[in-house]
Amino acid sequence: MTDASMENPGTGRRATSLTASDERTLKRAKAEKRFRLYGIIAIATGLFFLVVLFASILKEGIPAFTRTVVSVEFTLTEPQRAEAESTLFKTKAYSDLFITELNGKLAESGISVDFDEAAIERLLGKVGGTIRTFYSENPDQVGEPINFELAASSRVDGYFKGRVSRDTLQDSRFLQLSDLDLVDALTEAGVIKQVFNWPFITGADSGVDNPGGAGIGASVVGSFFMMLVVLALSLPIGVAASIYLEEFAPQNKFTDLIEVNISNLAAVPSIVFGILGLAVFIQFMHLPQSAPLVGGLVLTLMTLPTIIISTRASLKAVPPSIRDAALGVGASKMQAVFHHVLPLAAPGILTGTIIGLAQALGETAPLLLIGMVGFVARGYPDGFLAGFTEPNSVMPAQIYTWAARADVGFYEKAWGGIIILLMFLLTMNIIAIILRRRFERRW
Amino acid sequence: MPILWLFLIVLAIAAGGYFLGRSRALQSAGGDSRSLHSLPSFYGANVFLKTIVPAFGLLILWLLVQPIYVNTQISGMIPETAIKEGSSRSLVLAEVRRAASGLDNAVEQGLITEDIAQNARADFTDMTQRLKDAGQVVTSNITQPILRAAQSYRVLNSTGRSAMTIAVLLAAVAGAAISLWQTNKVFRARNVVEQGVQVLLLAAASIAILTTVGIVLSLVFNTWEFFKLYPASDFFFGTTWSPSFSGRGGSSELGIIPLLWGTFYISLVALLVAVPIGLFAAIYLSEYASPRVRAFAKPLLEVLAGIPTIVYGLFALLTVGPLLLGVFGDEGLGWMKAGTAVVTAGLVMGIMLIPFVSSLSDDIINAVPQAMRDGSYGLGATQSETIRQVVLPAALPGIVGAILLAASRAIGETMIVVLGAGAAARLSLNPFEAMTTVTAKIVSQLTGDADFASPEALVAFALGMTLFILTLGLNVFALYIVRKYREQYE
Amino acid sequence: MNDMSRVERQVDANEIKLECRDCQVYYGDNHAIKDVNVDIEDKTVTAFIGPSGCGKSTFLRCLNRMNDTIDVARVEGSFKLDGEDIYDKRVDPVQLRAKVGMVFQKPNPFPKSIYDNVAYGPRIHGLARNKAELDEIVEKSLRRGAIWDEVKDRLDAPGTGLSGGQQQRLCIARAVATEPEVLLMDEPCSALDPIATAQVEELIDELRSRYSVVIVTHSMQQAARVSQKTAFFHLGNLVEFGETGQIFTNPEDPRTESYITGRIG
Repeated sequence: MTDASMENPGTGRRATSLTASDERTLKRAKAEKRFRLYGIIAIATGLFFLVVLFASILKEGIPAFTRTVVSVEFTLTEPQRAEAESTLFKTKAYSDLFITELNGKLAESGISVDFDEAAIERLLGKVGGTIRTFYSENPDQVGEPINFELAASSRVDGYFKGRVSRDTLQDSRFLQLSDLDLVDALTEAGVIKQVFNWPFITGADSGVDNPGGAGIGASVVGSFFMMLVVLALSLPIGVAASIYLEEFAPQNKFTDLIEVNISNLAAVPSIVFGILGLAVFIQFMHLPQSAPLVGGLVLTLMTLPTIIISTRASLKAVPPSIRDAALGVGASKMQAVFHHVLPLAAPGILTGTIIGLAQALGETAPLLLIGMVGFVARGYPDGFLAGFTEPNSVMPAQIYTWAARADVGFYEKAWGGIIILLMFLLTMNIIAIILRRRFERRW
Repeated sequence: MPILWLFLIVLAIAAGGYFLGRSRALQSAGGDSRSLHSLPSFYGANVFLKTIVPAFGLLILWLLVQPIYVNTQISGMIPETAIKEGSSRSLVLAEVRRAASGLDNAVEQGLITEDIAQNARADFTDMTQRLKDAGQVVTSNITQPILRAAQSYRVLNSTGRSAMTIAVLLAAVAGAAISLWQTNKVFRARNVVEQGVQVLLLAAASIAILTTVGIVLSLVFNTWEFFKLYPASDFFFGTTWSPSFSGRGGSSELGIIPLLWGTFYISLVALLVAVPIGLFAAIYLSEYASPRVRAFAKPLLEVLAGIPTIVYGLFALLTVGPLLLGVFGDEGLGWMKAGTAVVTAGLVMGIMLIPFVSSLSDDIINAVPQAMRDGSYGLGATQSETIRQVVLPAALPGIVGAILLAASRAIGETMIVVLGAGAAARLSLNPFEAMTTVTAKIVSQLTGDADFASPEALVAFALGMTLFILTLGLNVFALYIVRKYREQYE
Repeated sequence: MNDMSRVERQVDANEIKLECRDCQVYYGDNHAIKDVNVDIEDKTVTAFIGPSGCGKSTFLRCLNRMNDTIDVARVEGSFKLDGEDIYDKRVDPVQLRAKVGMVFQKPNPFPKSIYDNVAYGPRIHGLARNKAELDEIVEKSLRRGAIWDEVKDRLDAPGTGLSGGQQQRLCIARAVATEPEVLLMDEPCSALDPIATAQVEELIDELRSRYSVVIVTHSMQQAARVSQKTAFFHLGNLVEFGETGQIFTNPEDPRTESYITGRIG
C-alpha cells in the first residue's frame, strides 16, 4: 500500500531531541501564552467593570444615608410663648427666639459671625413655623428643654457631601456664599452635624423641589405588596404547570405548544409584558393604574416561565425510582407526585422561586407602562387591602422617578435607593444559596 | 371590597362542603373507612373542588365579560351628536366613567342621595360642581347625554354586580349540593378528584398560551387601530420620527427607521463589548482556569447578570456618561456633546451582557466532548490550537446561537437606553451622538399624557409589535441552532 | 528518514524505544499505578491487557503525557524516550505528543472534512511547506490508514459522516500524519463491529513495520492476534511482561493464568 514515490513528502522534520525547541515550537508556545493572556484580560475586564459599578454605587449612594441637621436645644417658656402668640407675625417671633438661642450657642463657643433671618431661612427653611407647629401640637412641652433637629436645606447638605463647594457656588435665593461662613461657624460650634438619615429609609417620596425630604419607605411597602401578589400567583401556578408538563402531559401537539410558548415567553422583552399589562389589565379590565396588584399581575406573567423552567429541572432531578417505588405500593400517579416527588423537589423549587422573585423585584420597564412612574407616593397605604389596590410606587420605579428629575439632589437618593434595592436582592439570593447548600441532594 | 367577601363566602361554603362530604361518606360506610372506595378526605376534596371551580370560573368569566357588555350598552346610548369635534367615542366613554365614579364618591360622602344620583335631571345644573366637591376631577361641564349615560352605567354595573353575586353563590351551592348527593361509599372519589386536579394542572400550564395570546391580541388590535389612523407604509418606511406633542394633530411623523437604526446601532456596540469579553472569559474559565479561580471568578461575573437593569441605567446616566464625556467631550477630544449617547448605552449594555454571553458559551464549550480535545492533544496540538481549531469550530453553531440570544436581549433592553441613550431619534453613523430606540420610544409614548386613541400613543403598540416579532424571530432561530447543536453531541 | 536510516533501523529492530522505570500514578489520593517497569521496543506491537480499572489505560496515557490534561493526576518515575526523560521540565508535551501519537477508544474525528482531519497535525506542526506537500502527506497517511480507497472521492465530506470503522481508521491516519515514532492505541476496537475490528487489526499489523505500537485491549484474543509483547496489569500493578506467546501459553504468575483462563476479570 505504500508507494515509494510518496515515501517522505514532508521533509521539514522537527528537532530530534525533545528538550531542544525549534523556532516553530517557540512561536507556538508564544501564541499559547498570548491566547491565555486574552482570557485573563477578558476576565479582568469583566471584574473591573463589576468593581467600578459597585464602587460608584457605594460612593454615590452612601451619602444618601446621612443628612445634615441643625441640632439646637431649645427651651420655650410660657411667657415667651404668650408674647410670641400675641404678635402680628407669629412665626417671625418664634424665628427670632430661635435665632437668639443660636446666637447664644455661638457665643458659648466663642465664635462670632453675622447672620440675619433670611440666611437662616435659606439654611433651614421656615424655622418659626416648624417650632410653632410643634408647640401648638404639644402644649405640655412648653417650659421643657426640647432638642430640635432641623433638616438643613439640600444645598447645605450638598456642601457637606461635596456637591456644592465655595468655588462653584453662585449666590442665589437658595444659598449665598456668605451663608457658608455661618455654616462653618455652626459646624465648629457643634450645632450642625451629620446624622443617620432615617427619613430616607422610612419616608415617602417628596415633591420635585425637595430632594432632602424624599424617602424610599413607601415604595419599599409598594414592592412588598407587589411581591406578595407575584408570590401568591406565580408559585402555585408555576408549580402546577411544571407538575403537569413534567409528570402528566401526554406527548402531543398541545403539550408541544405549551412548551414552545414557555420557552419563548422566557425570552420576550420585559417591556412587551408592560404593553400586555397596559392593554389587558388597564385598558380592557379597568383595574386601577399604579396599583401594586396590577404590577404584581404583570410581573407574575413575566416570572412564570423562569419559575416553570427551574421547577421542572428540580422535578426532573428526582430519580424515577422514587416514583416507581410509590407506584409499586399502590399509590396513584397523583399521590406519587404529591407525596413523594414534590416534597423532594421542594428545596429546588423554592430556590428557583426566590431567584425569580428577585428578578421581578428589580424589574422596571413593564411597570413604567402601567403608571408606576412619575407617581409621587406621598404616604403609606391605609390598610392591608388598600396596599394592593391604592396607587403606590415600587423601589425600581421610584429610583427611575428620582433619576429622571431635574434636581441633581435626587441623584443621591436614586443611588441610595439602589443600595437598598441591592440589599434586598442580596438577601434573597443569599437565602436561595443557603437553601440550595442546606437541602441540595445528590442522587 | 365585595368581591373579596364573595371570594371568602365561596371558600367557606367549600370548606363546609369538605367536612360534610367526608362525614357523609363515612356515614354511608357505617363509620368504617375501609369499606369506602377512596379515603374519606377524597370525598371531602370532591365536594370542595366541585364547589369552588365552577363558582370561581363563573366569577372570573363574569368579571371579564361585564365591562365589555356594559361598555357596548353605554356606547349605544351616546348619540353621534354628543361626540364633540376633535373628540372620540372612547374619550366620551372615559368621561362617562369619570362622571359615574364621581357620582359614587358624591353618594359616599353624603353630598347627594342615591335617589338624586340615579335621576339627577332636576338639579342638573350644579351637578358638575357637586362632583367637583366630591373630589372627582371633572374636565368639562357634564352634558345631559353624559350624565344619562353615567347614570345607566352605574345602574348596569350595580345590577351586574348583584346578579354576579347571586349567580356565583348559586353555582357554589349547587356544586356543593350535587357533589354531596353523589357521595356514597361506592363513588370513586379518588379518580374523580385526581382527574379534576389534573385538569387544574393543565389549566395552569395553559396560562403560558393565554399569555402569548394576550400579548399578540393586545398588540394586533392596537396596531390595527394605529394603522387606521396612520398609514402603515409611512410607519415602516418613514425616516423621520417627530411626534407632535399637541396631541391630536395630523402633524406627527412616525417613521420607525430611525428608531430601528438606533436600536441596531446600540445593540451592535453592546455586542462588540460583550462578545469578545464574554467569549474569552468563557474560554479561559472552561479550558484554562484552575477550579479555584473558576469557583471565584464565575460567580463574580454572574453577579453582573443579577443586577437590575435600572441600576445599569443609572450607571450609564450618572457614571459612564460623564466619564466618557470627560474623555471624548469638549474638554477632551471634542467628539461628544452630551453624556447620553450610543456609546454610553452600548458600553453599559455590553457590560450587562458579558455574563449572559459567557455563561451560555461556557455551557456550549463544555458540551464539546473531551474526546475531541484528546484527539487534538494526542496529535501534539497546544491548548490554544486545540481551542481555536477544534473546540471553537465544533462549538460555533452554539456560540452563534448564544450571540443571537444576546442580540435579542440587547434589542429588548429598555432601562439602559431610556436613561443612557438620549431621546433624539436620528439617523447617523456617529456613535457619540444621542440616539433612541424602539423600546425607549414605547416608554415615552405610553407614559405621556396623550390619550390612548391618538396615533401618538397607539404607535407604541406598533413599535411593540415590531419589537416582539423581531425578538421572537431571533429567539426561535437561536434556540433552533442551539438545539441542533446539542443534538449533535448527544 | 531516508533509505539509509531505514536500513539501519531494521538492523537493530528490537532496540528499546521507551523505557519506563518505577512508575507511579496518583489520582488525588488514589494510587492508580504502582511500581511499573516496562520497556517498549521499536517496531513491535506491545499489548497491555488486564481487567477493567487495572490501570492499563492510565499507564498508556502517561507515555505521551496525556495525563497532564487531568488536574488531579500526578505521575512519578522515569519515562525515557530514546534516552530522554519525557517528564523533564524542559520538555514541551506538545513536541512529545507529536512523536508519540495516540488513537482513542471511541473514534473521535473532528467536526471537519476528512482532508482537514488528516491535515490538522501536519499543519500545526508545520510539516508541509505548501499545499502540494500537504496533499501528499494527506494521501500518504490515508493510504497508511488503509482508508484511502474508500474516501479518496470525498475528501471534503465531514469526517463525522463515516462509519465507525472508517472513523477509527481515519483517526489512525490522522495520528500517523504527524510522523510519530510511537503510536499509542487505547482500546481502538472496542467501539467497532467485528468486521471493522478485523480491518483495524490488519492495519495495526502493517503499522508495525514503521512504528512502535502500544495497544491497550480488553480482548485477549486481540492481544494474541496482533502483539509480539504483552503486559498484564492487575489492580495497578504490572504482573507480568513478556513475549505474547509466552504469556498466553505459559504464564509465570498465577494471576495471569487466572485472567487468561477467565477466572478473574
